Amino acid sequence: MEIVLKNLSKVFSGSGKRRHEKVVAVNRFDLTIPDGKLVGLLGPSGCGKSTLLNLICGLEEPTEGRILFGSDDVTDLPPEARGVGMVFQNYALYPHLSVHDNIIFPLENLRGAKRLPKEEMEKRVAEAARLVQITELMERRPDELSGGQQQRVAIARALVKTPSVLLLDEPLSNLDARLRLQTREEIRRIQTETGVTTVFVTHDQEEAMSISDYIIVMKEGVLQQLGEPQTIYEKPANLFVAKFLGTPQINVFDAEIRSGRLCLGGAEVMPMQGLADMPVWAGIRPEGFVIDPAGPLECGLVRVEVMGRDTSIVFTHPAFTGASARAIVPTAKNVDRSAPTLRFSLNPEKVHIFSKTDELRLGAAAGGDVQ
Amino acid sequence: MKRKRSSGWLYLLPAILLLGAFMVYPLIDVLIYSVEEGYNSASQTFNGVGLYNYSHVLRDPYFMQALKNTFIIVIITVPVSTGLALLISLQLSKIKKLRDLFQTVFFLPYVTNTLAVGLVFMILFKRTPYSDGLINLMISIFGAGPVDFIDGPYAAKMFVMCFYTVWVVLPFKVLILTSALASVKKEYYNAARVDGTPRWRVFTKITLPAISPMLFYLIITGFIGAFKAYSDEVALFGTDLNAAGMNTIVGYIYDMLYGNGGGYPSYAAAAALILFAIVLTITVINLMVSRKHVHY
Amino acid sequence: MTRQQEFARIRRRARAKDIAFTAIRYTLLGVWAVIVLFPFYWMILTSVKEYGAYNSEFIPKFFTLTPTFKNYIDAFTTVSLGKYFINTVIYTAVTTALMLAVTVPAAFAFARLEFKGRDTVFVLFLALMMIPTELVIITNFVTVTDLGLRNTFTGLILPTATSVFYIYLLKENFGQVPIEIYKAAKVDGTSDLKFLLKVLVPICRPTIVTITILKVIECWNAYVWPRLITDNEAYYLVSNGIQEIRENGFGRDNIPAMMAAVVVISVPLIVLFLIFRKKIMAGVSRGGLKG
Repeated sequence: MEIVLKNLSKVFSGSGKRRHEKVVAVNRFDLTIPDGKLVGLLGPSGCGKSTLLNLICGLEEPTEGRILFGSDDVTDLPPEARGVGMVFQNYALYPHLSVHDNIIFPLENLRGAKRLPKEEMEKRVAEAARLVQITELMERRPDELSGGQQQRVAIARALVKTPSVLLLDEPLSNLDARLRLQTREEIRRIQTETGVTTVFVTHDQEEAMSISDYIIVMKEGVLQQLGEPQTIYEKPANLFVAKFLGTPQINVFDAEIRSGRLCLGGAEVMPMQGLADMPVWAGIRPEGFVIDPAGPLECGLVRVEVMGRDTSIVFTHPAFTGASARAIVPTAKNVDRSAPTLRFSLNPEKVHIFSKTDELRLGAAAGGDVQ
Repeated sequence: MKRKRSSGWLYLLPAILLLGAFMVYPLIDVLIYSVEEGYNSASQTFNGVGLYNYSHVLRDPYFMQALKNTFIIVIITVPVSTGLALLISLQLSKIKKLRDLFQTVFFLPYVTNTLAVGLVFMILFKRTPYSDGLINLMISIFGAGPVDFIDGPYAAKMFVMCFYTVWVVLPFKVLILTSALASVKKEYYNAARVDGTPRWRVFTKITLPAISPMLFYLIITGFIGAFKAYSDEVALFGTDLNAAGMNTIVGYIYDMLYGNGGGYPSYAAAAALILFAIVLTITVINLMVSRKHVHY
Repeated sequence: MTRQQEFARIRRRARAKDIAFTAIRYTLLGVWAVIVLFPFYWMILTSVKEYGAYNSEFIPKFFTLTPTFKNYIDAFTTVSLGKYFINTVIYTAVTTALMLAVTVPAAFAFARLEFKGRDTVFVLFLALMMIPTELVIITNFVTVTDLGLRNTFTGLILPTATSVFYIYLLKENFGQVPIEIYKAAKVDGTSDLKFLLKVLVPICRPTIVTITILKVIECWNAYVWPRLITDNEAYYLVSNGIQEIRENGFGRDNIPAMMAAVVVISVPLIVLFLIFRKKIMAGVSRGGLKG
C-alpha cells in the first residue's frame, strides 16, 4: 500500500500553565512512500519521527493535512480501522500472555464478518511465527525471552493480521550491538518476504542506510530529504542532511566561490563551474581527501590513526569550522607522521557546496551537477 | 568494634522497651487470659485453666449477633467497595479534565474523623418526631414508606452501616487503584488500539492482569479491615451497640473489657483470639486464591 | 457505498461511541462526587441553621437565608469542645513526636549500624507487624489501669507511640542511601548521631514527612484506645468528645449545635489535606502498602 502524506502537520499545545506553548512536532509534510518498500525514518531525537509514525497509524490525530493509503483517505479513521501493524519501541508484549496468545491476540479482536475460524487463526499464527522464526518459543512468557526474541514476537503480532502497512518505532534501540546487526537483517528479510510497505523509525543513520530502500530525513518536524540511501549520501539536499549521514562526519569549511573556483582560506582548491561568486559552506567527506604532495590544500597535521584497512588523519585548517578535520585514506599510503604539514588534493565527487543563506545544496563539483 | 555494638542496641532501646511492654508482653498475656477460667479482675485470681472462656463466648448470644453482623458487613462491603473503587478509578484514569478535582474530592473521607461524619449520616437517615429525615423524603418520592434507618428494622440499619462503611473505605482503594492504573504502560493500550481490541477485552485482558497484584492486595486488606469494623458502627448507632443489635466482634471485645458489661478480660481475650483465627484463615485462603490468579 | 462513505460511517460511529463513553464517565464520577460531598455540605448547612428553624423543618431545606453562628458559640460554651480540641492537639503532637523519636533511631540501627543479633531482632520486629491491635489492647488496658495511668496523657500516648511498620518503612528508605555516604562520614570522623540527624534525616525527609502525616491523621481520628483509657471528660479527645456530645451534650435534639461541633472537629484535617494534598495522597499510597 502506498502511503501519501499531504501537507501534514501536528501541533502539540502544553497543558496547565504551559497551555500557550505550542510545539510543532510535524510541519507540513508532503511525501509519498512507495508501495512495498522498506523506508527508514531518520532524524535526531525529538525531531518528530515517532509523532509522524503515530499519525500514520492513527494514534495521533493530525492538526492539519491528509493521510492516504493508496487512494483511500484514512485521516479520520481510528487506528483499528486502518489495517496497520505496529511494533512499539518496548515491544508492548502483554506480560501475562504466552507468545502464542500474544500473537493471536489481534485476530481474536475481530468481530462479526471479519472473524476467522479457529483453524484459520492458528494457521496464521503458525505462519507468522515461522516467518520470524520463533516456532519453538510459542508457550513461553515474554519475560522468558531475550530482547531479540521479544522483538520477533512483536513483529509476528503486528504481521498476523496481514496489515497493509507495517510500522516499527525504534525497533532496534533496545537491543545490544550484536543483536542489532542481526535483527536489522532479519527485518529486511521479513519485509522482502512479505512485501508489506514498512516504515521504521531510527536515529541511527547506519541502521537506516544499511537496510532501507528509501530514507526520510527529518529535523525539528520538517522533512529534509526523501530518497534512496546512496542518493542521500551522495547528494544531500542540505547541510543538515550532509552532516547527519556518514561517519566520520562530513568536514565543513568556511569557503567561497571566486571566478569559477572554490577557495578555502584564500587558496584555490578546485574548479567549480556554474556558480556565481559568493561565500559558501564547503562540505568534504573524509574519503574525499587524497594525499598529494602537490595538492592545493595545505593542512596542519595533528595525528595519524591507523585503523586496519584505513588510516584516519586528523588535521587542522584555518577555514575549517570545527576544531580539527578528519580524512580517511587507504593505509597503504605512507604518511610522514613527523611532518608538521600535509597536502591534499580533493575528489570532486565528495565535495558538496551549500548556500550560506539557506544551507541548501548548490551543486557538487562533479560533472557540473547543479540543482 | 565493641563500642559500635552497644551503640546499636542503644538506638533500638526505646523501640524495644515500648514494643516489649505494649506488644510482646500483651501477646503472651492475652493467650494466658484466654485460658484462665473464672478470672476476677478485682482480686486478680482465677480458678482453673481450660477452654471454658472460648465456649462461653461462642455460646454468648451477643457474640453470635456480633459475629453475624461482622460477616454480613464483610460479605457486602468488601466486594461492593472494591468493585466501586475499580469502576471509579477506571473512569478517573481515562479522563483529563477535572481529574485532579475529582481525585481530591474522592479522597476527602480519608482525612475526616469517621465518628464526626457518622453523625451527619445518622441525621440524614434518622427519623425523628420532627422530621422523617432527608433520605426518607427522597425515598418517599419513589412511593416507599418512611423507614427508620437508625432505630428501625435490622435490614435498614445494616444498609446504612454498609453504605457508610463503603463511603469511608473507598478513598484509600480509589487512591491505590488509580496509581496502579497510572503505572500500566501506555504502550499496551496503544498496541491494543492499533489491533482494534474491544473495550471489554482491553479491560479483562490488559488492565485487569496488570493491576491484579494491587487489586488482590486491596481485597486482602479490605477483608482484614472489614472484620475489625467497630468505630463506624459507634458513629452511627452510639456506644451501646448491643442494644442496637449492631455490635461487631471488635465491639464485643471492648464491651467485655470495659463499660457496663465489662470487667471480663478473659472473655475479651478469647473473643480476640477467635477473631484473629478467622482473619488469619480468610487471609490464607485469599493468598491461596491470589497465587492462582495474580500475574506478577 | 463507496469506500469514503464507509470510512465516514466508521468515523462517525467511533466519535459517537467516544462521546457516549465520556458522558457516562463524567456522570458516574459526578454522582459519586455528590455522594462524597453532600454530607460535608449538610453538616455545614445544618451548623448555621437556627435551632428553632431546624426543628420546624419537616422537610429539610437545602439552604438557609439566615445563617447564624450561634451554634458555634454554643459548641464551645455549652460543652467542652475547646477542651477536647486542645487535648487532641496535645495528644497528636506528643504522640507523633515520640513516634519519630523512637522509630528514626531504630530504623537507623537496623539500616546502618552493625551489631550482633541485629538481623534476628529485625525479623522479630517484622513478625510483630502481623499482630492486630485488638489482640494486645486487652492486656494494655489492664496494664495501664493497674499502673494507675487511666485518664493521663502518659497512658494515652505510650502504648500507641511506636509503629513497627514505620520502622520498616524508614529502614528501607535509609538503606537506599548509598553506604559510601556513611563511610565517607565515618572517615571524616562524624559521629553516628550527627550523621543520622544531619545527613540521613534530611535526605529521607519525604518518607519522614509521610509517616508524620499518617500518624497525625491516625491520632486525630483515634477513638478506641482513648475511649477505653479515659472516662474523665477532662481527658477526652475529639472522637470521644463527639460521642459524649451526641449522647449527653446539648440535649439530644440540638442537632445544629452538634453539627457545629462536627465542623470544628473536621476542619483541621481537611485544611491540612487541602494544603498538603499532593504530599498526603502520595504518602498514603506509599505508606498504605503495609502487609
